[in-house]
Amino acid sequence: MHLVIIGNGITGITTARIVRKRSDMRITIISSESKYFFSRTALMYVYMGHMKWQNIKPYEDWFWEKNNIKLIYAHVTSIETDAKSLRLDDNSIIKFDKLVIATGSQTNKFGWPGQELIGVQGLYSKQDLELLEKNAKDIKSAVIVGGGLIGIELGEMLHARGIHVTFLVREKLYWNNILPDEEAAMVSRHILEHNMNLKLKVELKKILPDENGRVRAVVTDGNEEIHCQFVGLTPGVHPNIDLVKNTNIETGRGVLVNEYLETNIPDVYSAGDCAEIISSDGGKNKIEQLWYTGKMQGEILARNILGEKIKYDRGVWYNSAKFLDIEYQTYGFVPRSPREGEENFYWEHLGGKICLRLVYSSSDRAILGVNVFGIRLRHKMFEAWIKEKKSIEFVLENLRVANFEPEFYRKHEQEILDKFNRENPGKNLTLKKKNLIEIF
Amino acid sequence: MNYINSSSQVIQIEPFKIYNQNNSLELIKKICLAVTGIGFLFLLISLTGISNQLPILFFFLSFGLIAAGSVFYFVVLTKEAPTGIKNNKIFIDSLSSRKTAAWILGVVLTGFYVVLYWFPELMQNWINLVNPLSYYLRGKPADHWFLYGAFYTTAVLVMAVRMIVKYRHNRYQIIRSISVSIFQLGLSFIIPGILVKLNKPEFYFNYFWPLKFQYLFPSEIKYLTSKGEALGYFMVFWGIAMFVIATPILTYFFGKRWYCSWVCGCGGLAETAGDPFRQNSDKSLKAWKLERWSIHSVLVFVVVTTGLLWINSATGGKVLGTISQTFAGWYGFIIGALFSGIIGVGFYPIFGSRVWCRFGCPMAAALGMLQKKLSRFRITVNGNQCISCGNCSTYCEMGIDVKWYAQRGQNIIRSSCVGCGICSAVCPRGVLKLENLPAAGRYNKVD
Ligand SMILES: Cc1cc2nc3c(=O)[nH]c(=O)nc-3n(C[C@H](O)[C@H](O)[C@H](O)COP(=O)(O)OP(=O)(O)OC[C@H]3O[C@@H](n4cnc5c(N)ncnc54)[C@H](O)[C@@H]3O)c2cc1C
Ligand code: SF4
Repeated sequence: MHLVIIGNGITGITTARIVRKRSDMRITIISSESKYFFSRTALMYVYMGHMKWQNIKPYEDWFWEKNNIKLIYAHVTSIETDAKSLRLDDNSIIKFDKLVIATGSQTNKFGWPGQELIGVQGLYSKQDLELLEKNAKDIKSAVIVGGGLIGIELGEMLHARGIHVTFLVREKLYWNNILPDEEAAMVSRHILEHNMNLKLKVELKKILPDENGRVRAVVTDGNEEIHCQFVGLTPGVHPNIDLVKNTNIETGRGVLVNEYLETNIPDVYSAGDCAEIISSDGGKNKIEQLWYTGKMQGEILARNILGEKIKYDRGVWYNSAKFLDIEYQTYGFVPRSPREGEENFYWEHLGGKICLRLVYSSSDRAILGVNVFGIRLRHKMFEAWIKEKKSIEFVLENLRVANFEPEFYRKHEQEILDKFNRENPGKNLTLKKKNLIEIF
Repeated sequence: MNYINSSSQVIQIEPFKIYNQNNSLELIKKICLAVTGIGFLFLLISLTGISNQLPILFFFLSFGLIAAGSVFYFVVLTKEAPTGIKNNKIFIDSLSSRKTAAWILGVVLTGFYVVLYWFPELMQNWINLVNPLSYYLRGKPADHWFLYGAFYTTAVLVMAVRMIVKYRHNRYQIIRSISVSIFQLGLSFIIPGILVKLNKPEFYFNYFWPLKFQYLFPSEIKYLTSKGEALGYFMVFWGIAMFVIATPILTYFFGKRWYCSWVCGCGGLAETAGDPFRQNSDKSLKAWKLERWSIHSVLVFVVVTTGLLWINSATGGKVLGTISQTFAGWYGFIIGALFSGIIGVGFYPIFGSRVWCRFGCPMAAALGMLQKKLSRFRITVNGNQCISCGNCSTYCEMGIDVKWYAQRGQNIIRSSCVGCGICSAVCPRGVLKLENLPAAGRYNKVD
């Protein structure tokens, strides 16, 4: 049995690792980005000088040979599903018994005039990082278009190298298409605090070249010209399905798979950023473009390859990120504005850098989701509370148990509770002692 | 630029303060650096001996200016950027990334140790510089060890300020830095000095056997108790009790960190002056293998030496003659001088700040065994939040590949972990937490 995996990102690697743990099947991983698996989420730290390339490889180089996982550093140019073979860019042919497509994402580009100029780029791959070193060398100012999680990282990277950064953001506040107003305002404030420039409710119209074909300025929809020597495009990503498009493997926006992560072709699977999971209950198909989901899908996929039949179910949603110096975690679902039948409780610290939002159902008061900035919460605890539909009152009274902050940090639970009691006359919640923790 | 949202609440997006690196800040920083530089210049000039006429003046012009300049410099940094992890350019700057500047500093530090151990007379004029201080504190002239103590303590205190500034958002780091400073200044510098002044044995209450292996040598015990004073007996009792009773209990409740990164002087220097170099520790599996082999050998060596000396003294030197003395002497040379000094500190910029603690310290070996088997301490991993970024491993001064555990959701329990808490501080996803919880179940199972 020969398992071939295209893509050595978190999804492909997790699949291979779990398969290897449970079987001695022959495994080959092919990627044209880098020979060894690296952490995409850590690209920024290499540029900022926090780490070297070698530090962002999650496994030492000997790991692969020792675990008998063969790595091929090459580009797959075509897939023959009937012949069960792949062609590589050096024209060699690889045969497979089972194939995993885990080719990840590509940066969105919206056809802006000037998007192909020198000094204009996105940030996704190792090659993008190398290009960035060239493009941003000795420059003074940069514009970043599209304010998301990658945008803020790119901004932080350039800022760390002393480059003045201006964000063009379509919404009225940073990441306001996802975050509720208060949190989005907190992030916006923090960006300004770092002496970066934030242009809100502004869209990019075009990018202007200088005489050498290099970016000289951008023009906004308000016809404002902003001078810069670099433009970062970070308006999101889409599944990388270039390879699959001309095969008989079905695609939509991504590679179409069922809940078992199987494509329409037997023995061909797909997972991670590039996969589009067909909804079984007629809802919207899911494309999940996160590190965590890639890892979870890889685990499920590995077990399915080994003959189990497990549905992919990501469980209680979670994510985390960091906006410059402010850490962000979310568990469950927090919509950007409250929906029918839901209520919000929001607390913000006076310093304006710490906040907590709890979303709960108006009818049974069950906790539905939490957004937290500047406090670390215990993942397992919130997952359990959301699953068990604990009430907002229970959550608040036991908040201390979910605290994951380092020792000696100032605690805010009492203040949070006081605010809730003030806003909900008749409630008189008190903090529970920290003993639940021993159960978990 | 405030904004009113749909529920007619005012949402403020004007920050309280905007941080920027303006010219006046740059100027102040340069002045601070210049002051530090002038201090070093005076220190260098003092070697010629011109300071001998006015040692107090020159003491302040050298030690004083170095400390004042650098402390001010660190404080100015707080005006430059908001609090948070700022490890920018660590792997770009020459000094912190093992490039030319690091090698130069390494050679200078190593040279200093060579002179200190084998040619102290070359430093006589520096010793004269701290003479007044020595008289004031200890009532007797300074020797090269007192000079070393003065340098050491200054380095810990000044760099603790840097540490506190760098991690000013992190109360664990602030309190820990204050702790190592107090122990260094109090127990390793002032109190031993006062003891000397009072004509008592020079004793360091924050060092015990097996780190300060002499404290259980028959000769040392004889010396401490020779005057028959209560204090001497107390010192012997203290040395034994700390090792036999306090160490297991404290390690059970807090892990070895209670000593290694809160109390110990070697740890104190590593956690302050060594912090800029912590990223240089070797994280490879090979290094871990070497570490286990070497640190336990040293422990065995200390136990054997101590044992031999006792057998020897019990038999009046008949059984082993001078062999055990020679053995102890060699131990002092290889372990004390070469390992803890030259490689341990001299090579900070090359091998990172904890080489001695990791590969050589017998105390760390003993504490590590307790931490592994008999302790409530662990670093908890927060669910599945790890993104395998590698910051935790990179900034682990003990060379533990923290992310190896974190990315599998496995609690980190390693005998070498000194609990400095930096992995938790640098983790961008808040994945790690140092905790003391009931010992059962701390080795959590992972798939
Ligand atoms: C800068 C940045 C920061 C991020 N931060 C976070 C974060 O903090 N948290 C989070 O949850 N997510 C984050 N993400 C998203 C996360 O990194 C991705 O969701 C994840 O890496 C996707 O993994 P994957 O294995 O599915 O695909 P990828 O990691 O994209 O791997 C696919 C690989 O396949 C290769 N490949 C594609 N086609 C071929 C071919 N034909 N032949 C050979 N090889 C091919 C690609 O070159 C690539 O190496 C971030 C992404 C970026 C870009
Ligand atoms: S620093 Fe945090 S996110 Fe990064 S590898 Fe370590 S535990 Fe994981």
